[in-house]
Amino acid sequence: MSQNKRMDVLLCCGSGCISAGAKKLKEKIIELSKKHNIENEINIIETGCMGPCNLGPVMTIYPEGVFYQKVKVEDIQEIVEEHFIKGRPVKRLMSQGDNKVISEKKEVPFFQNQVKVALENCGYLNPEKIEEYIALDGYEALVTSILEKTPEEVIQEIKDSGLRGRGGGGFPTGVKWGFVQANKNKPKYVVCNADEGDPGAFMDRSLLEGDPHRVLEGMLIAAYAVGASKGFFYIRAEYPLAVVRIKNAIEQARESGLLGENIFGTDFSFDAEVRMGAGAFVCGEETALINSIMGMRGQPNPKPPYPANSGAWQKPTLVNNVETLANLPTIMRKGAKWFSSMGTETSKGTKVFALTGDIKNTGLVEVPMGISLNDLIFNIGGGMAEGKKFKGVQLGGPSGGCLTAEDLQTQIDYESLKAKGAMMGSGGVIVMDDTKCMVNVAKFFLEFTVDESCGKCVPCRVGLKQMYNILDNITKGKGKKGDIERLITLGESIQKLSLCGLGQSAPNPVLSTIKNFREEYEAHINDKMCPTCVCTDLYHIEIDKDKCIGCSLCSRKCPVTCITGSRTEKYTIAQVDCIKCGNCIEVCPVSAIDKIPGMSSEVLNIANNIEED
Amino acid sequence: MKTLADLKKIREQAQKNMSLRESNNRIKIVIGMGTSGIAMGAREVMKTFLNELANRKIDDVLVTQTGEKGLSSMEPVVDIIEEGKPTITYGLVNSEKAKRIVSEHIVNGKVIEEFVVEAK
Amino acid sequence: MYENILNKYQPDKDNLIYILHDIQDNDSQNYVSEEAINAVSDYLDISQSHIYGVLTFYSMFSVKPRGKNIIRLCDSPPCFLKGSSKLYKKISKMLNVKNGQTTKDGKFTLELVACLGVCGNAPVAMINNDIYADLTEEKIEKIIKKIDKGDDNVS
Repeated sequence: MSQNKRMDVLLCCGSGCISAGAKKLKEKIIELSKKHNIENEINIIETGCMGPCNLGPVMTIYPEGVFYQKVKVEDIQEIVEEHFIKGRPVKRLMSQGDNKVISEKKEVPFFQNQVKVALENCGYLNPEKIEEYIALDGYEALVTSILEKTPEEVIQEIKDSGLRGRGGGGFPTGVKWGFVQANKNKPKYVVCNADEGDPGAFMDRSLLEGDPHRVLEGMLIAAYAVGASKGFFYIRAEYPLAVVRIKNAIEQARESGLLGENIFGTDFSFDAEVRMGAGAFVCGEETALINSIMGMRGQPNPKPPYPANSGAWQKPTLVNNVETLANLPTIMRKGAKWFSSMGTETSKGTKVFALTGDIKNTGLVEVPMGISLNDLIFNIGGGMAEGKKFKGVQLGGPSGGCLTAEDLQTQIDYESLKAKGAMMGSGGVIVMDDTKCMVNVAKFFLEFTVDESCGKCVPCRVGLKQMYNILDNITKGKGKKGDIERLITLGESIQKLSLCGLGQSAPNPVLSTIKNFREEYEAHINDKMCPTCVCTDLYHIEIDKDKCIGCSLCSRKCPVTCITGSRTEKYTIAQVDCIKCGNCIEVCPVSAIDKIPGMSSEVLNIANNIEED
Repeated sequence: MKTLADLKKIREQAQKNMSLRESNNRIKIVIGMGTSGIAMGAREVMKTFLNELANRKIDDVLVTQTGEKGLSSMEPVVDIIEEGKPTITYGLVNSEKAKRIVSEHIVNGKVIEEFVVEAK
Repeated sequence: MYENILNKYQPDKDNLIYILHDIQDNDSQNYVSEEAINAVSDYLDISQSHIYGVLTFYSMFSVKPRGKNIIRLCDSPPCFLKGSSKLYKKISKMLNVKNGQTTKDGKFTLELVACLGVCGNAPVAMINNDIYADLTEEKIEKIIKKIDKGDDNVS
């Protein structure tokens, strides 16, 4: 293509387009470009067949790549004058294939069935521009609150809305504010708890990254209501982008006069800053978080005193979660009545859930309280991934509980979930299919809390480790009669005796899986069998001799050479030597090799002998 | 800003700037740039869009960013917003798809149905 | 040698975690050395044992030298369900290190960490400040090789 020409016209001269009159188009283009004195700027190239012969004659104009179809000689004048000279492509000649999709809206249950309050602007506005937030009614709630309402009126509005803490506790937000406001000690602080450590929850990160000004506005409304003058965003160090976005938001708010002295000419002065964690799950607990803000080890303190009376630097401190704060601007703008019209008797409004695990549509969804688990997982979540069968769902992260298919009709609110042995928590929904071993999953959750226990109080530090040891033995075929009862006794004691929420809730995954999947525990302990073939010691691998074709691939790929045989005799695995690497299963061309639940008889004999000795 | 009127003035101006008609932009390409999107390759996608538009000397299309829409399993997610038409959301976008979106959708106005997650 | 960093902050003990982050991020071996602890102790007028207590409490700090690149592989349930243990084996084998260990050439440290909050795209890993999602054994191998190569070009 010629370099000094500014436009290339690729004219299809395949036989289809020629027969439809392509050559005549070329003549007309040359004629008109001469007339307009642009013939030196345009390069006309005849190409081979472009493909869509039924749409011929066709041409493509570069640099833009505009594709014209069914062009007639009469159209050339418009193309030359509008497109070539003025740079405006002729829409009516361009592809019309869009009509179908555009006229019929494509709506998917994932988006369609959500009601967005906190997530209203996430994925819509540019989070780095305060103007975009303002364009979407941002900061209106704050300004009208401080100019037209007393702090008491703001607190009453939030009380009336029925909003409860979204971080896990579910304590009524307005009531908490009342405590802080009633304390006359000064200064007061507001802390935004963004130490989102629950595995499977990421709504706080998404909010801070996607709509930081909303969270900041929420903090300002809270600060005005309780009379605080300083705020902290405590963000975990694993969220670097969230830190950047909220710092940027604070900077912009300062420049706009939304932070600082005498905001909007009133007595209300407030400023905010970011504090970072450094990797400690327990810092999500409010007293631990306050210690961390002050630069100390993030260990929890006994309550009372509650932070509302003696928090950061022993001053009254309000700690609210990110999602809680994100609800405030909309509640103040649309009113308590509107918010409380959604949800159930005790759980008002909407809640953000994070769908993860073996579910088709993973991600964040916001739905009215009270919808059923079934709707959440199978309608919005699209059901199970890879067409597998639903087995269980862990609600509320490592502190929550595991529910089964029988519980799918449960409506999602604070009380109903608690009654079932799970909890709302921060809204993590970890879905598991029927290839997952519940004993192993429970062990995994416990491993997490053992790692994250801060070590301050004995029940949590020592008790969880003991529970873990029992579970570990069970998954290795060393489970004993009475282990289940021991786990329950230990778990219930830890729940009652621990200092903070971490210990009080850490046994939940074990206790709820025992309640709902007791037969799996019993199979592991009594029959030395992992029904889903996950726990390595409790299954074995066998070759089906009827299917085996004697190709020897498995034998050659076995790293411990425990597979022997021949083409005629077929192959067998020496069970005692097998390390269950699974190589043989992968390479078998006829799928003759499979995992079988339970120990092989050879291994079981040895195990029994050792026990007798 | 000192009064509610100040805020409203800023809001009106911002709303104008955001509308395509006022800003001389024919189309807005909005790329989800939360951690999820970035981890799934949104930065590369944004680069491809900018390069493709520059190569084709298209200057009436705005490329901008937003946070997460929520559908993690479809990241990177890209919205194509055009005045008077449904907003098209494309999912699992990569460089290849971004190139096709520019040539087929942005330039020639043809929605690529197979990539569409939502149209509304 | 830590003055440049320390002078950015008020000598207020509330700033301890911030300062330690800054020191560690600017250390070529990604850790907080004894000299650094002494310098911070003098600057903030707090005891070394207090600083040591804070450093060892938080999992992201290290008092031992680490690799130039830190691979933080998420070890939480959503990633586990999606096969993070396979990734651990793969990286472990590829770099010949276990959890918490650094490669002999000092380029990589492998750490198993709690949730990174990108669970919708599990399994994930964070290498330095970047998250990589929807990982497979092939993908992580490619990424590590790329970072490894980048290092070679720099040096």
